[in-house]
Amino acid sequence: MDAPRRAKPDDAFFWDAAAESRLVIQRCSACGTLRHPPAPMCGACGSLRWDTAESSGRGRIVTWISSLHPNRPDDAPRIVILVELEEGTRLVSNLVDAPHDGPYDDLPVTVEFRDDHGARTPFFTVAQSEGGR
Amino acid sequence: MTGTIVAGIGATEFSKESGRSEMQLAAEASRAAILDAGLTPADIDGMVTFTVDGNDEQELMRNLGAGPVTWWSRAPGGGTGACAAMQQAVAAVSAGLADSVLVYRAFNERSGYRYGQPHASAGPPPLDWYRNFGVDTPAKMYALWFRRYMHAYGATNEDFGRYTVSARRYAATNPKAWFHDRPITLDDHQASRWIVEPVLRLYDCCQESDGGVALVVTGADRAGDVDAPVSILAVADARHADASITANYYYDDLATYPEAAQCAQLLFERSGLTVADIDVAQIYENFSPLVFLVLEAYGFCGPGEAVPFVADGNLDIDGALPTNTHGGLLGEAYIHGINSIQEGVRQVRGTAINQVADVEHCLVSSLNSGLVLGRR
Repeated sequence: MDAPRRAKPDDAFFWDAAAESRLVIQRCSACGTLRHPPAPMCGACGSLRWDTAESSGRGRIVTWISSLHPNRPDDAPRIVILVELEEGTRLVSNLVDAPHDGPYDDLPVTVEFRDDHGARTPFFTVAQSEGGR
Repeated sequence: MTGTIVAGIGATEFSKESGRSEMQLAAEASRAAILDAGLTPADIDGMVTFTVDGNDEQELMRNLGAGPVTWWSRAPGGGTGACAAMQQAVAAVSAGLADSVLVYRAFNERSGYRYGQPHASAGPPPLDWYRNFGVDTPAKMYALWFRRYMHAYGATNEDFGRYTVSARRYAATNPKAWFHDRPITLDDHQASRWIVEPVLRLYDCCQESDGGVALVVTGADRAGDVDAPVSILAVADARHADASITANYYYDDLATYPEAAQCAQLLFERSGLTVADIDVAQIYENFSPLVFLVLEAYGFCGPGEAVPFVADGNLDIDGALPTNTHGGLLGEAYIHGINSIQEGVRQVRGTAINQVADVEHCLVSSLNSGLVLGRR
C-alpha cells in the first residue's frame, strides 16, 4: 500500500473538499477575488484572509492535449484539458469518457469526481446537452 | 544603450555524450570566452549563470584561476534565464560593481539529467495541479499553451513544421550543429512521430544536448582592447504575475505571449530601434510553435500572421528576418538558449557560418528575456 498522497499546505483545502466530491475555489475574504491555483495571499489586495466558494462544476475547455506518455506509473493515455469554470478561474484536469477523438476546443464540460491513485480527484466530462461535436 | 559590450565568446563542442563533467564543460567554455575577450582569468570579477546550473561559482573560479570576484548572481528559470543572465551582467558593469563579468551555462543535458523527461518519483503522482493530471514534461506543459494558438488562428502542426525545415536547413551548413548535413523536408517532419498530439511532433522539439557556452561582458570603454567588440544595445526581462514559465495557462488570451510582448517593448524603447531595424534574430525555441508566438509578440507580424510569415520564407537567409541562423535549439544544440546569444554575437561580428549580409542589429529572444546586439 502506497503512503497517502499529501497536498502542500496551501493546497490542502482543495483536496479536502475534493475528498467530499466538492469543487471549491479559493476566495479572498477582503475583496472577493477568486484565485486558482491556491496561494496564501490575494494578489489583488494583499489580504491573507480567505474562504472558499463552491463551484458549479460547469465550464468550458480552453485548451487541450492528448497525453501519449502519461505520468508514471500510470500507463493509460489521457486527454489533458484546461477548464475555465463559470466562476472565471481555470484549472488543469483530464477529460474522461470523451465522446470522440477531438478536437475539444471550447466544449462545455461538467465536473465528475473519480478516485485516482487513492485520491478523490476532479475530472470533467463533456456536458450532457452538448454530447456531440 | 547599455554602455556594455560582449567582449568574448566561447563554447565546447555540442554532443549527446560529452564524456566529461559539467564542471569541465563550464571551465572549457569559460576559458575560451575569456581568452577570446583578450583577457586573463584574473581579469574576471563577476560571474552570472542560471539558477538551475549545477556548476558552483566558487569551484569554477578555482578551475579558471579567476578573480578575485566581487559580483555574483543567477537568473531564475531555465531558458528564460539566457538573456536575463546577460541583463544581470550588464547591470553589474553599468553599476560599477564589476568590470568583466563571465556569463556561463554548461550541462550534460542528454547524458546526465534530461529536462525533457518525466521525473516523477516512484509511487503515485503528487497532489498538484499539473503532474497529477499527466502534465509531466516540458513538451506537454508548453503544448497545452500552444494548442490555444492553433485553435485561435487555425494553425496546424504542418505550419509549425515549416519553421523546423528552416532551422534544419541552417543547421545543415553549420559544422558545429548536431544536425550538420542533415536537412529535412516538410514530409519528413510530418512523418515524425507525435510527442504531444495534436501539437508537437518529434521534429518540433529541441534537442537534448551536452555542452557549455560562455560570454564575457565588459564596459564599452574597453572596446578598443577587444578584437571584435559587440555592443549590447538593450537588454530586458519581463515577468507577469498571472503567468508561469512552465504553466502559461492563466493569461486572458492564451493565444498570445504577453511577457515577450512587454520584453519587446522595453527592448525597442531602450535601444531606440524598431522591428524594421532588426537584421537577424535568434529566437529561443524549446518547441517550434514558440517562434510563432514570439514573432507576433515582437510585432514582426500581426496576431495570427506568423504562419504565413514563416511560410513565405521570411526566416530564410535572404528573407526579411533571417532567424536562428545557427540552426536554433532544434538544429544546433540545446544549451538553454545561451548558444543563441553566441550566434547573435557572431552575426554582428560578421563571422557566422551562415552569415547574413550587413548585419547592423541582431535580436536575441529567450522566452521572457531578450537583448539587442549591434556594431555600435
